[in-house]
Amino acid sequence: MTGAEPKVTKELALSHGLTAEEYDRIIRRLGREPRFTELGLFSALWSEHCAYKHSRVFLRDLPTQGPQVLQGPGENAGIVDLGGGLALAFKIESHNHPSFIEPFQGAATGVGGILRDIFTMGARPIAILDSLRFAPPDDAKARRLLEGVVSGISWYGNCFGVPNLGGEVAFAPEYAGNPLVNAMAVGLVPTDRIFRARAEGVGNPVFYVGAKTGRDGIHGATMASATFDEGAAERRPTVQVGDPFTEKLLLEACLEAMATGAIVGIQDMGAAGLACACSEMPARAGTGMEVDLDRVPQRDRGMTPYEIMLSESQERMLLVCSRGREAEIRAVFAKWELDAVEIGRVTGDGILRARMHGEIVAEVPVKALADEAPVYEKPTARPDWQDALEAFDPLTLPAVAPERALLALVGSPALASKLWVYRQYDTQVGINTLVVPGSDAGILRIKGTGKAVAVTADGNARQVYLDPRRGAAMAVAEAARNLAVSGARPLGLTDCLNFGSPERPEILWQFKEAVGGIGDACRALEIPVVGGNVSFYNETLGQAILPTPVIGMAGLLEDAEARCTQWFEEAGDRIALIGPDAVSLGGSEYLWALHRRVAGRLAPLDLDVERAVQGACRAAIEGRLVRSAHDCAEGGLAVTVAECCVSGPTPLGAVLELPAGGDRDDLALFGEGPSRIVVSVPASAARAFEALVREFAVPWRWIGRVGGDRLVVRRGETPLVDLTVEQLGHEWRSGFARSVA
Amino acid sequence: MRFGVVVFPGTWSDCDFHYVISEVLRQPVSYIWHREANLSGYDCVVLPGGFSYGDYLRAGAVAGRSPVVEALPEFVARGGLVLGSCNGFQILCESRLLPGALTRNDSLQYRCQFVHVRVDNAETAFTRATRPGQVLKMPISHGEGKYYCDGPTLRSLKEKSQVVFRYCEEDGRLTKDANPNGSLDNIAGVVNEEGTVLGLMPHPERAAEKAVGGIDGLAIFHSLLASLVEDGTFLKR
Amino acid sequence: MKARVLVRLKPGILDVQGTSVKRALEGLGFGEVRDLRVGKVLEVELDAPDSARARGRIEEMCARLLANPVTEDFTVEILPEN
Repeated sequence: MTGAEPKVTKELALSHGLTAEEYDRIIRRLGREPRFTELGLFSALWSEHCAYKHSRVFLRDLPTQGPQVLQGPGENAGIVDLGGGLALAFKIESHNHPSFIEPFQGAATGVGGILRDIFTMGARPIAILDSLRFAPPDDAKARRLLEGVVSGISWYGNCFGVPNLGGEVAFAPEYAGNPLVNAMAVGLVPTDRIFRARAEGVGNPVFYVGAKTGRDGIHGATMASATFDEGAAERRPTVQVGDPFTEKLLLEACLEAMATGAIVGIQDMGAAGLACACSEMPARAGTGMEVDLDRVPQRDRGMTPYEIMLSESQERMLLVCSRGREAEIRAVFAKWELDAVEIGRVTGDGILRARMHGEIVAEVPVKALADEAPVYEKPTARPDWQDALEAFDPLTLPAVAPERALLALVGSPALASKLWVYRQYDTQVGINTLVVPGSDAGILRIKGTGKAVAVTADGNARQVYLDPRRGAAMAVAEAARNLAVSGARPLGLTDCLNFGSPERPEILWQFKEAVGGIGDACRALEIPVVGGNVSFYNETLGQAILPTPVIGMAGLLEDAEARCTQWFEEAGDRIALIGPDAVSLGGSEYLWALHRRVAGRLAPLDLDVERAVQGACRAAIEGRLVRSAHDCAEGGLAVTVAECCVSGPTPLGAVLELPAGGDRDDLALFGEGPSRIVVSVPASAARAFEALVREFAVPWRWIGRVGGDRLVVRRGETPLVDLTVEQLGHEWRSGFARSVA
Repeated sequence: MRFGVVVFPGTWSDCDFHYVISEVLRQPVSYIWHREANLSGYDCVVLPGGFSYGDYLRAGAVAGRSPVVEALPEFVARGGLVLGSCNGFQILCESRLLPGALTRNDSLQYRCQFVHVRVDNAETAFTRATRPGQVLKMPISHGEGKYYCDGPTLRSLKEKSQVVFRYCEEDGRLTKDANPNGSLDNIAGVVNEEGTVLGLMPHPERAAEKAVGGIDGLAIFHSLLASLVEDGTFLKR
Repeated sequence: MKARVLVRLKPGILDVQGTSVKRALEGLGFGEVRDLRVGKVLEVELDAPDSARARGRIEEMCARLLANPVTEDFTVEILPEN
């Protein structure tokens, strides 16, 4: 067999995505040239996607600890304690490059992969969310990608049977050749039944379970570690094809097998398939592994050892079984009609040894593959365009008439209702959903406890582009704020960091600054990072995406009844704005939608104020002092209040009285800034509410009252906006659908 | 009333029905694995929603030929009740226990949303606790829920009052807008001639608690409980 | 023995998928398409003593599972052995 494999040369190594130095390092480590299959292992495990070579040095500084953290970064998902013997596993991951090549399957297998990352920890998935970015939908190709991606997520999630609880869809020209598909999953697990991906116990049998192995996605990991060139369309064969039905069987079989107690360690096979699982599992445990590739169930004929190890066929897991209990594992998987084949065993020598037809095809120290990829500290450089961006003053552009601007914003695909997307998703299977997509966060009950969990996925790439450190901190703050307005306390964060090529100093600077900003906000808000994913090389022909860190966050409501949604509910309620007045048109939706510019300075971010505002909001919700609470973010105050009027089951008008001021009307209405929340307060609770916000010492003021069938915004004596709720609602409801259909 | 909830590979509403029946209705309920052909311990068998066998070939096609479904005609002949929701309705049609077929939604998209349905026959075991014309609000969640049957079958269904639920507006009017998938005659649910087997596309188990979807779905369960007579038989129509 | 089974919607049944595909073709400049209906091809490889027996068994498969007699028709073509 090995005689038939190509001879490994430096040229072959380079074509595999390794650098000349990396190849030399491999030779030094092995003490010889690698075999062909071994070269495949290194090219996958040492790819950027698997090894985080360019990012590790910056990610090290993120805060990952907290009293509620049961599992931080390093396993397949992070886990936080919910109390009462239950824990929440969650993670977000990217599937960007495959989704450009084949949007339906790329998005579908993205969902499949993240679900496996959750149930490999022993957790039953209870929700998924997705964060999607495309070129603006007037581009036909962008519309096709959007449709394909949403259909793929819908097909996989619905068939598998997990509710989709939210997400976001955003647009910018920079995503034209590089759409972003970030999939998040959340699962529930008893704290004493958490499983980890460690190959423990020398002599224990290693089982391959799930679907058969084919030639799908070979070198998917290396594709994700390269930018697109003109040949991108020809790479179609490397896209994996998903089977959500098999995944559902795999879930039930795995959870049932875990309950027998016969499983010692388990990992899903995702990027770099068997290669990754067979090296990471023993590396974590300080053991080694022997596998016999002839025993791997195969779908295609005549697969080589290289192909078997690197295949990214979906819906497969690798598990280590307690010696002597193999029959129990086989019985469970037979019931669910899935393959469960003993393919090897755990050894004590720290080596991954793979055989085919009796011959050794790979013999590599597992730590060399899993832990010893080089860590790069490449140069960073502030881009020379950054100063010009910051120096731009949005107020040099003419103001747009407030009513026209408000209607344009509310009806823009970025801000309009996303019902067109999420009505294609099952949002209720499991009958745990208390708040479906459409509010600031999705909320799920935990049956039998009286508690609930709130989940959100947010990013704001324009802000990060203009000021990476502050913009990324603002993204974290916004995610936490989305939980606060729902009544939840954040427990942990998972991040998906989507950037261009790290070999460009300007891009790496964006990354470094963004990671710094995430760290700043996490420390100030006391939210640990429990896991995440880096997706580099999102660029085509030198055009990089906007720097896009997407924040996935989960929070706890001790009392599910004390939950809150974003829309007005009762005429007569008073409206308050909690938070500072400082806003800016820099990087705002208004600037983009009306002027097609991304430039300017961001509003200041004071993390202490952010913390106090979120605390005040949570306390007000718990004290039943507010009827609704909505994060005041994209589009500014006017858009936020418009959403409060039209996004609920019973649209209601409002009258806002804003103070006359020196700043321009469009800045006051559409300027964006952090740490701001719009709440509606029953008149009877007004006094108690005032006392509470004073106690929290946060800036705030009354701004109006709910009622009528119009949204009226006055500044001093001047009415700036006077529109019917019907007209606003129509724009909001139809804006997205008419852009993408 | 002893309930059995059937589980096929790929089913997912089984847990939801089980939860509602045991925690909300407080009735005995157990899971029935698809290979089980002995249904003697049950009064009512539920075929829940999901994607049995991935909906591959056609929704409900493979499940419709499984041992548990092949045991249903005898179970029904002995007086048992069968409730099929969503994928369960598809399976009942594929196995010919109900006439007609469920095909792809007109929109060609999966749809998950609340709908209103009007009760057009309040005398079945599943609607006994409702009034004729009553409007129930329940969620649907499907890609293939468009009911179809040929002309003679439709006439027969109408003559024998076998159409139990129709999609309608909140006030009970039958309109095209209220029909989420293009179903013939706005049909959302039908019974067999004896009124002992119901298939419906909506998910009553998702409308059995106020917090998660309202309680209109409970009317169907309450009807089932009200149909059980002391001697263990059922009030039929 | 190899066979090709075509499963098609019965003539009267509205083919929503076909309508949508036809519209998409029109959008791409193929205005000359009068009608389009989407069906399924099943390629079956089976052991059978002769083509008559194979046809019989496959027709039975269609009746019992492969086609839904309420909405679908089927045709069976036994492929020549090469």
